[in-house]
Amino acid sequence: MKNRIQHKLKEDKKILSIYFTAGYPALNDTVRIIGELEKNGVDLIEIGLPFSDPLADGPTIQESSTTALNNGMHTELLFEQLKDIRKTVSIPLIIMGYFNPVFQYGVEDFCQRCQEIGIDGLILPDLPLDVYLKDYASIFKKYGLVNVFLITPQTSAERIKEIDEASDGFIYMVSSASTTGATEGFGLAQQNYFARITALELKNPQIVGFGINNSETFQKATQSAAGAIIGSAFIKHLTINGVDSISDFIKTIR
Amino acid sequence: MSYNADEKGYYGEFGGAFIPEMLYPNTEELRQNYLRIMEEPSFKKEFDQLLKDYVGRPTPLYFAERLSKKYNAKIYLKREDLCHTGAHKVNNTIGQILMAKKLGKNRIIAETGAGQHGVATATVCALMGIECVVYMGEIDIARQAPNVARMKMLGAEVRPALSGSRTLKDATNEAIRDWINNPVDTHYIIGSVVGPHPYPDMVARFQSVISEEIKWQLKEKEGVENPNYIVACVGGGSNAAGAYYHYLDNPAVNIIAVEAAGKGVHSGESAATSALGKMGIIHGSKTLLMQTEDGQITEPYSISAGLDYPGVGPMHAHLFTTGRAEFISITDDEAMKAGLMMCKLEGIIPAIESSHAFAILDHKKFNPNDIVVINLSGRGDKDLDTYIDYFEL
Ligand SMILES: Cc1ncc(COP(=O)(O)O)c(C=O)c1O
Repeated sequence: MKNRIQHKLKEDKKILSIYFTAGYPALNDTVRIIGELEKNGVDLIEIGLPFSDPLADGPTIQESSTTALNNGMHTELLFEQLKDIRKTVSIPLIIMGYFNPVFQYGVEDFCQRCQEIGIDGLILPDLPLDVYLKDYASIFKKYGLVNVFLITPQTSAERIKEIDEASDGFIYMVSSASTTGATEGFGLAQQNYFARITALELKNPQIVGFGINNSETFQKATQSAAGAIIGSAFIKHLTINGVDSISDFIKTIR
Repeated sequence: MSYNADEKGYYGEFGGAFIPEMLYPNTEELRQNYLRIMEEPSFKKEFDQLLKDYVGRPTPLYFAERLSKKYNAKIYLKREDLCHTGAHKVNNTIGQILMAKKLGKNRIIAETGAGQHGVATATVCALMGIECVVYMGEIDIARQAPNVARMKMLGAEVRPALSGSRTLKDATNEAIRDWINNPVDTHYIIGSVVGPHPYPDMVARFQSVISEEIKWQLKEKEGVENPNYIVACVGGGSNAAGAYYHYLDNPAVNIIAVEAAGKGVHSGESAATSALGKMGIIHGSKTLLMQTEDGQITEPYSISAGLDYPGVGPMHAHLFTTGRAEFISITDDEAMKAGLMMCKLEGIIPAIESSHAFAILDHKKFNPNDIVVINLSGRGDKDLDTYIDYFEL
């Protein structure tokens, strides 16, 4: 059976992916948030495993991570919360986090638990390509997990091709040189960047992330890419409105 | 066995570059160029000249007679406290600012704990007329006020790190985030032998001037290049890496690394990474670090801001696990007592970081003929408030 991510990417529509931090706003919101997102037509979900030192994240995701950890979130608990998720949810689920918590859990054990639960892929921004290929690619494969790599406007064409080669789901295209939550917008620099990537004719579709916060930026980001990811803007919505009005947020995007 | 980094930046199983892709072009540019640039005659010439005329090198290797008598061994102090700006940190910032210039960068960022590295960075930026932003934990800003003022006078902008424990670890996170947001024009001057490859190796090479000098200075004074013991405190481990560098492959030289036990190794308020840490990833490097079962990095504690770091550089993780170095941890109280002893016996007020290294004299037994070199990494001016509070002066 093909991975749910690969299936989803075959559909003829732009992917809307939402990131949220597990354990935020409240410790036990995880399953409810996932359910609401699917119900409201979200195509793919990135479940953030919170980390104490999220290097690539701006203030919004930093704060949600700190709160989640203070609420008591930890790796085993997240797996516990997700153990029956496939009874109710069918869209692809990805766990996104930093490498150290995965490393401490044991990469193989972590991947095995993901497979048991029905997680489809991982995004670990600080697990570099060469280490992944050397030490972990075979483990990811064994447990049917797609590994998603990031590229940025600074990534060379040569390296993008290497990343494309190592990927079997999608490529996470970071919209500008920034940490998460920055709002540089989608101007000429981004248009040129997207055009440059399209011209490379990669085998993996690209999903754009960072700086998408409303329907306008979603539209712009998905003109050439297969989809877009919203993180900080959704977390801000949760902070202000709680988990009851997730549909209101999704409606403002598409 | 080699104790230096291989070409991928590994010391045994430690090191490497565990960085998000956003940092790849920056670190890769540095990795591809740092050794070549360091070998360039024009680079070497300028580096050596500045170390001599601006920093004041070579720093003395001082025979501490009264200390030697008290502990019945031949104790020498490597006087990094006499470097311009008051600590060894400037050896590295001189090297890195020249590196940044060669790479065409026009903006510098740095993290700082005690403020020594921040001051050393602000100093070289002033010297070269380059914009400088220093990240410093909010807590450290409060406990190292004189260094904050110095950085400002030198023209640097000091930005408080408000996240996490608001100390060195968090200042480092903020500096890394700045670098992600400014990938083209900015060079990040890391202050210790930590971070992703090639930083640990590059910083160790810049600091290696310490042991290079000890070798010929000891030869002059004792007729031998090698001490029986070389002792240094370890925060991230840069003064230690510099003091050990040329002795790493000589097993006749015993290496002692001194960590901060804070209020006691098992008190829950400690920064003794070798005793409390496990292998993991911090700031882009696989090394020993203090963390929860779950892989969350924990908040260290030490009275000295410069040792208040939950990891050690990968070189030191390797020296520890291979047994090449002996690790000793020293409590706040022991360090403060040793600092005061140095004042009374030798007329030297050490940085509290360095005071940790002197405190091992009460833990180790030496033979009367043993030559013991202790790296006096910095002077205590910045710590006067802490000394005053502690001793109620
Ligand atoms: C005087 C002094 N010694 C030691 C250190 C610790 O750093 P490292 O372990 O990199 O030498 C510091 C850091 O600020 C310092 O100021």
